[in-house]
Amino acid sequence: MAVTQLPKTVATKGQEQIATHVATGAAAAAFLAGGIGCFVLGLLVTLAAMPSLIGLKNALNWSNPVGPLSGKTGVTVIAFLVSWVIAHFMMKDKNVDLKLYVIISGVLTALGFLLTFPPFFDLFAGV
Amino acid sequence: MELTNREFWGLVHGMGFGALFLLAFAGGLAGLYSLRPELLTVTGLRERLPRLVSGTWLMAIAAWGTVITGTFIVYPWYRAAAPKGADLTAYPRSFLLANPSLAEWHTFGMEWKEHVAWFAPILATVVAYIVLRYGKDLAEMPFLRKVLMVAFVLAFGAAAIAGLMGALITKAAPIL
Repeated sequence: MAVTQLPKTVATKGQEQIATHVATGAAAAAFLAGGIGCFVLGLLVTLAAMPSLIGLKNALNWSNPVGPLSGKTGVTVIAFLVSWVIAHFMMKDKNVDLKLYVIISGVLTALGFLLTFPPFFDLFAGV
Repeated sequence: MELTNREFWGLVHGMGFGALFLLAFAGGLAGLYSLRPELLTVTGLRERLPRLVSGTWLMAIAAWGTVITGTFIVYPWYRAAAPKGADLTAYPRSFLLANPSLAEWHTFGMEWKEHVAWFAPILATVVAYIVLRYGKDLAEMPFLRKVLMVAFVLAFGAAAIAGLMGALITKAAPIL
């Protein structure tokens, strides 16, 4: 059975965005929103651990049975979705520097992981 | 043999949604890895792409299901405050904190798990959306495909940490 082989990409290392015919903006917006979501969660976890910000911790207590985790995750999901919608409509048809957005998203995600790591946020908790 | 309501939801959270997410990971990663021109024919791409799209979305939905059931159904039973004089085995958080040798299962294990788990659905949704949006074009976008695999692995890593901690905490202080 004869099959058609896909054309090999004409891109060389570092030129992937130039070779593609699809705008990279939608992917950049999605990565950026993912990074923002991860960072916001980490930031809220660390801020809520600070004794001086007990008011924030109380404000995040959207549901008594769940406690402040309800607000932390609620704000995170809102930040993720709102930033995605805004970035998507700003960038979806544009060819952007995808690598730059991936780096920004990677830094935000890494910070999010760090800020949710108990030995790190406990540094600010005074325990 | 019967399950209590709490055991049922614990199973839905961990062995239902959670296991579905973790098990589907390998297939999704293999699908992304092999989505390259030198490995695929047009026919192969047509056959593989719908499976990859549905698989990544299934993973994203499973990840959301895991964190939502975990946070809003199972977690309140874990963190419920024990009344004075109560049998602490019915209150896992209080039980762990009352035992110095077990306290770290809460102060480290649960504190990490309850937060890091939420990275999984966020990252899995980003991956699923991009696979749906770019489809066959991903075969010609090696950089984007590699970044998607990294995001996929990070989502898996977050879910794996949460799943492992959940299993170990449940062993130390089951939700009865």
